[in-house]
Amino acid sequence: MKNNNVIQVENLSKIFGDFKAVNNISFQVKQGEIFGFLGANGAGKTTAMKMLIGISKPSFGGASVAGFDVYKEAEKIKKNIGYMSQKFALYDDLTVKENITFFGGIYGLSRNRIKEKTNVLIDELNLEEVADQLVGSLPLGWKQKIAFSVALLHNPKVVFLDEPTGGVDPITRRQFWEMIYQTANNGTTVFVTTHYMDEAEYCDRVSIMVDGKIEALDSPKNLKTQFGVENMNDVFLKLARSPSPTLPEGKGETEDNE
Amino acid sequence: MSISVQHISKSFKDIDALNDISFEVKKGELFGLIGPDGAGKTTLFRILTTLLIANEGSATVSGYDVVKDYKKIRNSVGYMPGKFSLYQDLTVEENLTFFATIFGTTIEENYDLIKEIYVQIEPFKNRRAKDLSGGMKQKLALSCALIHKPEVLFLDEPTTGVDPVSRKEFWEMLKRLQEKGITILVSTAYMDEAALCDRIALIQDGKILQIDTPEEIVSHYPKTIFDVKADNMYHLINALKDYEYQYSVYPFGEFVHYTDKRTGFDNGELKQYLENKGLKNIIIQKTVTTIEDTFMELAK
Repeated sequence: MKNNNVIQVENLSKIFGDFKAVNNISFQVKQGEIFGFLGANGAGKTTAMKMLIGISKPSFGGASVAGFDVYKEAEKIKKNIGYMSQKFALYDDLTVKENITFFGGIYGLSRNRIKEKTNVLIDELNLEEVADQLVGSLPLGWKQKIAFSVALLHNPKVVFLDEPTGGVDPITRRQFWEMIYQTANNGTTVFVTTHYMDEAEYCDRVSIMVDGKIEALDSPKNLKTQFGVENMNDVFLKLARSPSPTLPEGKGETEDNE
Repeated sequence: MSISVQHISKSFKDIDALNDISFEVKKGELFGLIGPDGAGKTTLFRILTTLLIANEGSATVSGYDVVKDYKKIRNSVGYMPGKFSLYQDLTVEENLTFFATIFGTTIEENYDLIKEIYVQIEPFKNRRAKDLSGGMKQKLALSCALIHKPEVLFLDEPTTGVDPVSRKEFWEMLKRLQEKGITILVSTAYMDEAALCDRIALIQDGKILQIDTPEEIVSHYPKTIFDVKADNMYHLINALKDYEYQYSVYPFGEFVHYTDKRTGFDNGELKQYLENKGLKNIIIQKTVTTIEDTFMELAK
């Protein structure tokens, strides 16, 4: 890679019919950065992320992730990134150890590496007692932490986290973010979407998508100064959507997209 | 009492989902059940909406027993379960008509109750529910839960996975519904939403930790919390955790909430310690306790 950018996005667009789900977005993410990718439901975040993780082709514009082009090298992207989402992380019907073995195999790790990583993971997360239990029987917070570690088994340059802490108790949520900090500190880039605005504050920089476009991109501190507010929740409220009829002086939504 | 829960317990195989739960909700109250995933909120909702039978204890809703008079309850409560409760292949309008018909009413009859919510999704009334965004689905589900003018509304994590703007709008809608005399029992894992309720019950692992108004709960927190900030969050957290007098260290947005083992301590000493660890631009100041702080302390 010529520069320090692990993710490079230029005029990226995704169009369905005459609907611009992602409309000409551009940004870069440096190595080791924690980058928050925010936006209201329907703003186009998921569509954008799908292009970056190599499972959807752009309509226009370009992007490279971990040095690989999203058009021509999508398969290489998949091999070199980690991914974790709320909807899918681990197999409930496999034990903790079996999940690690399974994903380790998918990522192309050797048997010895898998054994090594299994021991480290179990030790670091204190999972000795439950290593042979089905993941489905574990509390959500534990699953999230294991899933995150599994996403990092193959030491990817960048890990994509799609709302990783939804519904999790406040203590576990913070333990999870401490894992994120440690990961970033070790040089892995973290690309995370979240609806918890206090988590937006933990990011080095944050982008906010509105109706397919990026309407703000800066550090939380600068964004708060720019909008004259005290916290990221208020930045979001000012930016993310024109008021609806339920708020005073509402204009209502005229578009809806997912 | 609109809702009365007396010593309810429920187990599944060897999991104790609910353990001796008791509380009451007054008519017209906006009552919050606050707790993370796995706390037992959904199990409790299913018992109160007559979909599940408890192992022990009893409960009444609008004066009717949840076991003996379940049919009467089913006619007079609105229920918005977690995740998704609509028919994905039906359009917005079809879903609403369906639910109205089931309850023996029409959309027109109670339209004024749902109007504020429905006008936002009316432009999409011919769109199938599965093609709606999260915020839209939520509004439709709420409309369907209200279509028969229920006395009591049960909302199980209605704002999970929804963006802050939609969340804020949703709670404003709930306040206006409350003004119309509807009792609302809502569960959430978002601690900031707890502050919007009249009273809340903090629940974790099937047990209730505390019940009171949000203000009272926060006032019971035993320690003074300090906002601490430095030039590097990660190193700051580690440094504070290594500090011998630390009682709790939790990141909270741009600050770390820090509490000390000692009652009354010298900020200057802590600042010096952090500077010795190589941190710069250190800020240490008292801050206001939140429900989240209290929850974490109770759940420890």
